[in-house]
Amino acid sequence: MSRVLALRDAIREGMTEEMRRDDNVFLMGEEVAEYNGAYKVSKGMLDEFGARRVVDTPIAELGFAGIGVGAAMNGLRPIVEFMTWNFAVLAFDQIINNAAKTLSQSAGEFNCPIVFRGPSGAAGQLAQQHSQTFEAWLANCPGLKVISCIDPADAKGLIKSAIRDNDPICMMESEQFYALEGEVPDGEYLTPIGKAAVRREGTDVTIVSYNKMMLVANDAADQLAKEGISAEVIDLRTIRPLDHETIVNSVKKTNRIVVVDESWPYAGISSEITYQIQKYAFDYLDAPVVRVNAPDVSLPYAAAYVEAYMPNPKKVIDAVKSVMYR
Amino acid sequence: MTKVVEKVSKRGKKTPKYNKETYLTWYETMLRIRRFEEKSLQKYGQEQIRGFLHVYIGQEAIAAGLVSAIKKEDAIVTAYRQHGLAISRGISTKKCMAELYGKKTGIVKGKGGSMHFFSKEHRFFGGNGIVGAQIPIGTGIGFAEKYRGTDLLCVTMFGDGAARQGALYESFNMAMTWKLPVLYICENNHYAMGTSVERTSNVADIYKVGSAFDMPSEAVDGMSPESVHEALSRAAEHIRSGKGPYFLEIKTYRYKGHSVSDPGTYRTKDELKEYQSIDPIKVTEKKILEGNIATAEEIKAIKDKIKAEINEAVEFAENSDFPDGDNLFEDNYMQEDYPYTS
Ligand SMILES: Cc1ncc(C[n+]2csc(CCOP(=O)(O)OP(=O)(O)O)c2C)c(N)n1
Ligand SMILES: [Mg+2]
Repeated sequence: MSRVLALRDAIREGMTEEMRRDDNVFLMGEEVAEYNGAYKVSKGMLDEFGARRVVDTPIAELGFAGIGVGAAMNGLRPIVEFMTWNFAVLAFDQIINNAAKTLSQSAGEFNCPIVFRGPSGAAGQLAQQHSQTFEAWLANCPGLKVISCIDPADAKGLIKSAIRDNDPICMMESEQFYALEGEVPDGEYLTPIGKAAVRREGTDVTIVSYNKMMLVANDAADQLAKEGISAEVIDLRTIRPLDHETIVNSVKKTNRIVVVDESWPYAGISSEITYQIQKYAFDYLDAPVVRVNAPDVSLPYAAAYVEAYMPNPKKVIDAVKSVMYR
Repeated sequence: MTKVVEKVSKRGKKTPKYNKETYLTWYETMLRIRRFEEKSLQKYGQEQIRGFLHVYIGQEAIAAGLVSAIKKEDAIVTAYRQHGLAISRGISTKKCMAELYGKKTGIVKGKGGSMHFFSKEHRFFGGNGIVGAQIPIGTGIGFAEKYRGTDLLCVTMFGDGAARQGALYESFNMAMTWKLPVLYICENNHYAMGTSVERTSNVADIYKVGSAFDMPSEAVDGMSPESVHEALSRAAEHIRSGKGPYFLEIKTYRYKGHSVSDPGTYRTKDELKEYQSIDPIKVTEKKILEGNIATAEEIKAIKDKIKAEINEAVEFAENSDFPDGDNLFEDNYMQEDYPYTS
């Protein structure tokens, strides 16, 4: 059986189930408790678990991320919520220099089972500082695992896997799509970290994407179908480790691929995917890999800039047609 | 809460200490900001303005006190709740409104929106959207003034929430060690989003944090332009004499939600009403009239002038052009032929 849940409710259900299961799991962040979460992801959790396990912090990202790391080294399993990943930049010292390196620098003496989570990506006209994606920044760092997914069922399964995982995990959600609804199975289930999902089967071209760009990819695939072009759409779900096998298997079938990625092009997720494709599927390609990214600039406020900046179905369709030489 | 309210229950009855021009300047500044912000909320409701919108309503006395106590050449840097401060520094309401509309004629050409105003001419260094980020930046602006040997200072403003960022500790320490000309102002409006000051620290009196560095620090009544003016003048004199930074915790209140989407369930209506009962604009108007500082006609003339000005600002914004999305690549590098990655 399953029900329809919004993304925020699915993530909450995952966290709640894990907190019921294991007293060492706790949630900490700005406005998570009494305000019920800036985006209502943690709504009602204070009522169920009390202030010992649902902890409001001051605005002090570096401090509370580090408190999470220390608590994780000392046997707890923290979930640290950032109001958005833009603000987590203040905490990168603790994420990169400690969470990611504890296992290595302690020669396995300590590990750091912690989940850092929050929304990533542009969310309308919020301007330069509030519109960034962080998957590429974090995926670059050994020691971390990175999840980025807005499918409600998978987000629930992934947050549960992340909480049980013994390595530090960064999970990216989407401010704009916390209300996105989807079928979520009842009862206990886990979505594996490191596995992509083929969301739609196709034969002519592979479109690979993640997070809210999946909506753009799906929309493009619908429109392409009407023109007789059959696109296979893959949702990465996990960014690191990257499931290149699923992508490569698809490319072996379609021989063409377009990467749809909201992050910047330079040293981005799309660059990494492109490298993996040429490494494992070079002989299968009938056209160069094409990517649809945000442009190589900061995103300004005005609507026209947002419109020009964001990947959209039209850009994806154009890219697909270019790899099909149409 | 509301020590401020108790202390000043007789406010408005105190005899006026300043001249007519000063009172009218404060009054006009506060009214301009209030009407601008009311209009911006209205236009947000009509979807002419998008994104976040954090208004200054309730906090205007701080901007007024700044006008009279600080030199025009002094620098200022603040957070996203900035419209009122920008206007008080002399940035035109037209350019501010056009910025909120995301128009080419805005103060930063529609690129910053509500949170990011900048103007070199007005020594306005932003408009920062990352809580607390401007504390070290303001310290650096002050560093540059000292380095160049000027007698100018940098007014570095931040909220009560921002006061809990580690950046404050580091900045205060260096500013005090190096005797930098920085006037730190915490605008304590009692809440950081839904979190009250008491819930963020064992030390609810934020000004006391300065004492860890032996920085001169005081709490100030922020609902009165007089008291803001007096504290700022004292602090500025201290800083200009070369003795280093000064810290003022100015107690104020925001009447509206944190941003437009905040239902404000974390506070009581009574608390809000208490502050509205000592509204700095109302109290100042009363003082001006009852103290015979100016006539009712003069007050009405100011009100009419501001009303017309704000309407013109809206008209200006509405009649201005939107920027062209193709200009995305403008203003990303100073290097003109920068090779962007595609
Ligand atoms: C580093 C960082 N963390 C979190 C946020 C989200 N946020 C924006 S404003 C705000 C509250 C700030 O409160 P305060 O400093 O008291 O200023 P006020 O809004 O009251 O003027 C928060 C948590 C942010 N913008 N930057
Ligand atoms: Mg505040």
